[in-house]
Amino acid sequence: MQPAPSVIIFSTLSGAGFGLLFFLGLGMPVVTGGIAFGFYVIAYLLAVGGLMASVFHLGNKKNAWKSYSQWRTSWLSREAWFAVSALLCMGLYAFLQVFFATTVATLGFLGAALSLCTVFATSMIYAQLKTIPRWNQPATPGFFVAASLAGGALLSNNPNLAMVLLLVLAAVVAFHWWKGDQRFAEAGSTIETATQLKGRVSLWEKPHTGENYLTHEMVYQVARKHAVKLRVIALLLMTVVPIFLVLVFGPHHLPVALAVLSHLAGLFAQRWLFFAEAEHVVGLYYGAHTGKQTA
Amino acid sequence: MTALPATTDKKLGLVIDLDTCVGCHACVTACKGWNTQNYGVPLSDQDPYGMPSGTFLNRIHSFQSQPEPVNDIPQLARTTHFPRSCLHCEDAPCVTVCPTGASYKRAEDGIVLVNEDACMGCGLCAWACPYGARELDQQAGVMKKCTLCVDRIYNDNLPEEDREPACVRTCPAGARHFGDLGDPESDVSKLVAERGGVDLMPEQGTKPVNQYLPPRPRDTLQAPEMTGEEDVLAPFLAPVAEEPKGLLAWVDRALEKI
Repeated sequence: MQPAPSVIIFSTLSGAGFGLLFFLGLGMPVVTGGIAFGFYVIAYLLAVGGLMASVFHLGNKKNAWKSYSQWRTSWLSREAWFAVSALLCMGLYAFLQVFFATTVATLGFLGAALSLCTVFATSMIYAQLKTIPRWNQPATPGFFVAASLAGGALLSNNPNLAMVLLLVLAAVVAFHWWKGDQRFAEAGSTIETATQLKGRVSLWEKPHTGENYLTHEMVYQVARKHAVKLRVIALLLMTVVPIFLVLVFGPHHLPVALAVLSHLAGLFAQRWLFFAEAEHVVGLYYGAHTGKQTA
Repeated sequence: MTALPATTDKKLGLVIDLDTCVGCHACVTACKGWNTQNYGVPLSDQDPYGMPSGTFLNRIHSFQSQPEPVNDIPQLARTTHFPRSCLHCEDAPCVTVCPTGASYKRAEDGIVLVNEDACMGCGLCAWACPYGARELDQQAGVMKKCTLCVDRIYNDNLPEEDREPACVRTCPAGARHFGDLGDPESDVSKLVAERGGVDLMPEQGTKPVNQYLPPRPRDTLQAPEMTGEEDVLAPFLAPVAEEPKGLLAWVDRALEKI
């Protein structure tokens, strides 16, 4: 799949933002006044900024509001509902903490749950697609939620919890890669099932000499040697460097800030791979992925 | 709501005969011609005199298939032209993922359509389709797909023979058929039964309405083994001397020395 920068930025930043809201909602830490203001500015910039980025990849932005209508069937619609509810709920909770030094725990728990639901709904947009076997596995929501929690724990200054969650995230991401490499063969779609022709089938001529929306969007292929390098870089930046920084320099502002930046950079690499490595079955009609069919 | 109807009264769709299709792309042109000036926004092209690309609702691929040997006799490879468009699936995954309600499947005839006035151009339905049937128009930013020429098949202003999809109407080889695949007595259903019509990518669980008729078995004539004695003239057709002689050899040597 084409790794669109807007979607990569959206899912990474908003994940971290909702993760931070999750911990603030749980009262980890309980903050009031100016400190609370600082925390919520960061959380809302990440969460809302990410959501804004996702609007940039829409072809017809004026109809974006209609995406609230299909919550009964569409994960994208559910994501929109969860995001707005979480932001409103946590907004009220934050308002009371910042200006009245009042913490309404119930409101916070509700906001925390809605924040996590938002991230889960985002992940299900990808995980539901049978056409992209690499995404169509339980580890997809697994790493989206783990990444949100780990980033949130780092941002909310829960260093010990953050280190544990970063390790969990690394494990889930590694499992997602390992499982993902087998998913295309497991799903069983081949150029033979796509064409239903007998014998060994290969593409002889494409419909058009040039590219089109389908090949540009869905028949993106990444060189394998680059993928392996990027996986190592992603793991290092996402988990190893942040843990090292927090362990060596302690949970102070500068090392934690650097740890967050490193973590997000690693997540960008991981999210880029999530798209770039994903094989859409329509590629079979364009002669792609035949090496990944049932071995 | 983008929920799928539990059942549809009819299952209108296409039957595509892979044995007959000659890969002329006439259906592609007819489809683009009709649909660029009827239902919804035009089917735009980008950079037509440079690196052209554009929106099409129907595309023809060509595949080579190499059959397995029969009784240890190697079989000849064959070419199949393969029209690919929306299959108007019964379990259309493109419909249920739509967040705005723009995509829907009609309960009366099973046609899958996009209401462009409600589409926000997120492209998720194109991702959900295994068959590449949906393309986001790069000019208008809304999703385009085969409408089964819904504006022809019920159009009383057209002569009766034209009330079928443009691709079917134009196909010079008679490789495309249109009808109700939900009615076992319809011509298309009988054709599918007779020729063993198949679903594409059945493992995706989409239950396509459109059916593909596989190429008929070919005769078993084989390419003859080349023995060098195919013709009485063969000995006289042996390769000529590769080293030049006489005048040419002198010219060759002279040129080499320069």
